[in-house]
Amino acid sequence: MSIPDAALITGVLGATLRLATPLIYGTIGETFSERAGILNLGIEGMMLMGASIGFLVGYDTGNLWLGILAAIIIGILLGMIMAFLTVSIGAQQHVAGLGLTIACSGFSFYIYRVSVEKNIAGGVTPHVTPFSTIPIPYLSQIPIIGEVLFNQHALAYIGLLLVPISTFILFRTRFGLALRAVGENPNAAATSGINVFRMRYLSLMIAGALSAVGGAWLSLAQSGMFLPGLTQGRGWVCIALVVFANWSPFKVLAGAILFGGIDAVQLSLQSVGWDIPYQLFLMLPYLLTITALILVSRRARAPAALLSSYKRED
Amino acid sequence: MQTTDLAVEMRGIVKTFPGVIANDHVDFQLRRGEIHALLGENGAGKTTLMNVLYGLYRPDEGEILVHDKSVAFDSPQDAIAEKIGMIHQHFMLVQAMNVTDNVILGLKSNRVIVDEKNAEKRIDELAHSYGLQVEPRNYIWQLSIGEQQRVEILKAVYRDADVLILDEPTSVLTPSEAKDLFRILRKMKDEAKSIVYISHKMEEVMEISDRISVLKMGKLAANVMRSETTKVELARLMVGREVIFRLTKPPVKPGKPILEVSKVSALNDRKLPALKEVSFEVHEGEILGVAGVSGNGQRELADVLTGRRTVTAGTIRIQEDDVTNSDSRKIVDLNVGFVPEDRVDVGLIMSLPILNNAIIKNYRDLSKGPFLDYSAAYGYAEKIVKEFGVKTPSVKYPTRTLSGGNLQKLILARDLARDPQLMIACQPTRGLDVGATEEIQSRLLEQRMRGHAVLLVSEDLDEILSLSDRIAVMFEGEIMGIVHASDAVLDDIGLMMAGSKRIGADQS
Amino acid sequence: MTSRRLNVIAPVLSTVAALLISAVPIYLQDVNPIFGYERLLFGALGDKLALTETFVVFAPLLLCGLAVALAFTCKFWNIGAEGQLYAGGLIGTFFAVYATSIPAVIAIPATLLFGFLGGAAWAAWPAVLKVKLRVDEVVTTLLGNWVMTYAVAAILFGPWKNPVTGWHESPAISDTTKYPILIAGSRFHLGIIVGLLVAVVFYIIIRKTKWGFELLAIGANPTASYAAGINVKRQIIIAAIVSGGIAGLAGIGQVAGIQFHMETDLSPGFGYTGVVIAMVGALSPIGVVLASFLMAVIVQGTQAMSRATGVPWALAEGMQGIILLCLLVGVFFTRYRLKVAR
Repeated sequence: MSIPDAALITGVLGATLRLATPLIYGTIGETFSERAGILNLGIEGMMLMGASIGFLVGYDTGNLWLGILAAIIIGILLGMIMAFLTVSIGAQQHVAGLGLTIACSGFSFYIYRVSVEKNIAGGVTPHVTPFSTIPIPYLSQIPIIGEVLFNQHALAYIGLLLVPISTFILFRTRFGLALRAVGENPNAAATSGINVFRMRYLSLMIAGALSAVGGAWLSLAQSGMFLPGLTQGRGWVCIALVVFANWSPFKVLAGAILFGGIDAVQLSLQSVGWDIPYQLFLMLPYLLTITALILVSRRARAPAALLSSYKRED
Repeated sequence: MQTTDLAVEMRGIVKTFPGVIANDHVDFQLRRGEIHALLGENGAGKTTLMNVLYGLYRPDEGEILVHDKSVAFDSPQDAIAEKIGMIHQHFMLVQAMNVTDNVILGLKSNRVIVDEKNAEKRIDELAHSYGLQVEPRNYIWQLSIGEQQRVEILKAVYRDADVLILDEPTSVLTPSEAKDLFRILRKMKDEAKSIVYISHKMEEVMEISDRISVLKMGKLAANVMRSETTKVELARLMVGREVIFRLTKPPVKPGKPILEVSKVSALNDRKLPALKEVSFEVHEGEILGVAGVSGNGQRELADVLTGRRTVTAGTIRIQEDDVTNSDSRKIVDLNVGFVPEDRVDVGLIMSLPILNNAIIKNYRDLSKGPFLDYSAAYGYAEKIVKEFGVKTPSVKYPTRTLSGGNLQKLILARDLARDPQLMIACQPTRGLDVGATEEIQSRLLEQRMRGHAVLLVSEDLDEILSLSDRIAVMFEGEIMGIVHASDAVLDDIGLMMAGSKRIGADQS
Repeated sequence: MTSRRLNVIAPVLSTVAALLISAVPIYLQDVNPIFGYERLLFGALGDKLALTETFVVFAPLLLCGLAVALAFTCKFWNIGAEGQLYAGGLIGTFFAVYATSIPAVIAIPATLLFGFLGGAAWAAWPAVLKVKLRVDEVVTTLLGNWVMTYAVAAILFGPWKNPVTGWHESPAISDTTKYPILIAGSRFHLGIIVGLLVAVVFYIIIRKTKWGFELLAIGANPTASYAAGINVKRQIIIAAIVSGGIAGLAGIGQVAGIQFHMETDLSPGFGYTGVVIAMVGALSPIGVVLASFLMAVIVQGTQAMSRATGVPWALAEGMQGIILLCLLVGVFFTRYRLKVAR
């Protein structure tokens, strides 16, 4: 194999994991909330707010990790708002989520504009030096695989670790057991003494935190800037990936890699310079997600109580 | 203080819901190591009383003592902490999880990680001591109803319950499973557990209990020792009048077959065979009663007859028409009435006005072109509501404002008003009070008198015996036999229901 | 009946609450919120120009709100109004660009029809997938939005760009297909009347037809509806198609009434806002009309407020969201008269 080809493949594979990272965070977060019975359409908004706040804090303090922390906090808050709307008030889940996304969409950009106004006036687009990759000693020297797997950003490593960790939490801990029960049969969970409302609040807080980090990744690790439309509808893709992964964090990895891979291929095809509008390539990942969804839907088994609201009887 | 041997004492319990007093100053004592039955008709307040004890409801008045200690439960968690366990009629199990997970769900513990192995061990031990055989690794959806009930019992026992409340436990069991249950209960009694047994079935109550409290219309009617009472006395206490076990039924000569079911097979929701080559006919002027314990294919039978399930073999004909696997619309257009088992989910749209439900089968006849004539519809709805005695201030009220009996009357009204050639009625009087039951049963007889066909599916054997001309018995998806009601031998029917006898198919 | 009074009071209270909340960021920008809101109201309703512009925004919001409300009535969760809007715009424009020799009397209804068909087609496939293969429509319609907007961009950047300017928009539509302006000296166009007509038709459908009766039944309890003989699957597909068509009308309305070309940024999210409008309006035609008008006032007014006060317009979008959320909360409080649990 000649060297340019190897470099191309390595580049695409490495990009795959990078592009998959925000999806991993977002989808695992969404898995938690859906496993507890809540379809969180606010995920796109949570990603945007995470991207915005994370960027601003990182920019202002010069410390990118503080930015991530800020994103986590804002994500938790947004999760609580979503929980308040769907769990406490009993609002329709689709609508509450969309309303939240619309609000966050506007606010994320507003806060950004207000905070960096001076720079923009001066004609300078604020940017940060993105997270640098952290090569793991020795392992990253392995040809191709080393570059792809072991020379990534810290958040990517954490994201990969999230998969087994969340699988463990969901399936081996009492918390996970209670959470899944709430999503399957909230009445049964309640009579067993589980506080359904609390579980749903917690699941949404987790979803919010993870989605916000996914969004912060986009501004702090991928582009180093915050732009409107930064997320490109990735929040929605996460929703589809949850179904694709049959609500299991382990399969989320597969789905994220698939989408990320197609995205990576699409990016490199653009640079090849075919005379086809690049938007067709942008479309590909979404089309393929829909196709995958169709194929999977037949076997998919959603948590039985997903989307149903739970009211306490007395 | 002297300790009595009372495990539970409830004094002067009052619990009301909007419009009804469910428990009216009820006293109840449960002695340690006894099986105490709560007997009463549907709606007498038995489940409500026990829901209060279990912490699901807060009583408006009254006090509760557990082992002489005054308690006030805010939730079942509190009751469980006082070692009270309840096995509901509708199981509170998570289908997608296995037995172990269901049993340990919600247990208070300091551990973060689930200790499956120890839990399984303890489950096996407990199962062994009480004869509650289940495989802990099985998923709930794989278990039979009887096994699922055992899991519910295990849940209570795992939490060291020494007071167990069972709500109509045999309503979903076969006779042999019921026998197993009684064996388990007796074993528990031996281990000094105290048991409350809620039921409306006198036979059972007479067999299993030590003491019986009879509730009637929210009040305590009597508290007697089983050894000192009889079935007849109990029935009188429950209902307050002589219960006539057979309605008078004038003879009608049956005519040609309206419904012909021929070797029909079908699968249930779990893709297992639910109907196995079922064949029978229902004639004009006849009521064919389908007897059998719930869960033996009756639900699936009603489904295939009304276009809600496909058959894998066989044919169904209504007069000249082949309706095998046809849409529900065709069945409705052929003027077949259907009273589903699941009134609220399948029979009615609760959030819409009574008017909508009343016209939902014939709104096309009340339309001109694309437009629905709502004033004609209103008139029609008012008419049938009045004629069939559905109590409501107006047909514009949401359907959920109707009481149980009136809901059922509405379902019947909209079908009977169209004078259907065939009426399929499933559990039509389940959960209804005596008055509503009699009304509905006489309407069905009326259909028969008018020369129409009625297929009556019911687990109430008394109802089957009094209304049917012929009786078919279903067991595990098969018709074990069809007999004339007049020649029916009760023992034979019981044996057929239990699967131990077949009688050659009887055509007439 | 007190609940009817609540139905009016609650949205008012929620709007007030939303305005109070949104006043905070305005205040933090050293702008007097009262001044800001005064500019908002004036900018939306203050003079003929403002009012007509508000109506111009009202039209697509109303159509999207109606589209979503129809689908939601039978519980088809159509989150794809945005994509259907673009599809309608695309197909309608395709006809309109080449309809130069057809007189307006025919051309305009035909353009409307093509717009409707475009939107309808884009809603048809998620509906069929849901009904036949049980694929969740929330995800398919959502992702469909992205596919359609990219497809439109691909077409407009590529084979169908403006031959005169080279800009990524379609060629201009024929003059005979442009919506007539109904109030001289403004942009108040036929599309607004189209929207109101659709609202009236919607009302008639729901309240007076067999189909409306069936949709209500299906939305409330599809199992019981089927048992009673209603063809649930077919009606859901039809409802979804009509819903998409109405959103398509919003799209072609923006082309024929405002832009006169098919654009890549035809809509700033009308389809998504339509979802919230539909719920806030309780899926009723009157409610949707009112909620759409309120949103139009906000959209139009916040732009004016932004110009007058220097508060970035991005806040306006955030405000819209806050108001929507407050309205949601208010609506659910009254409808379910809830004790807030927890």
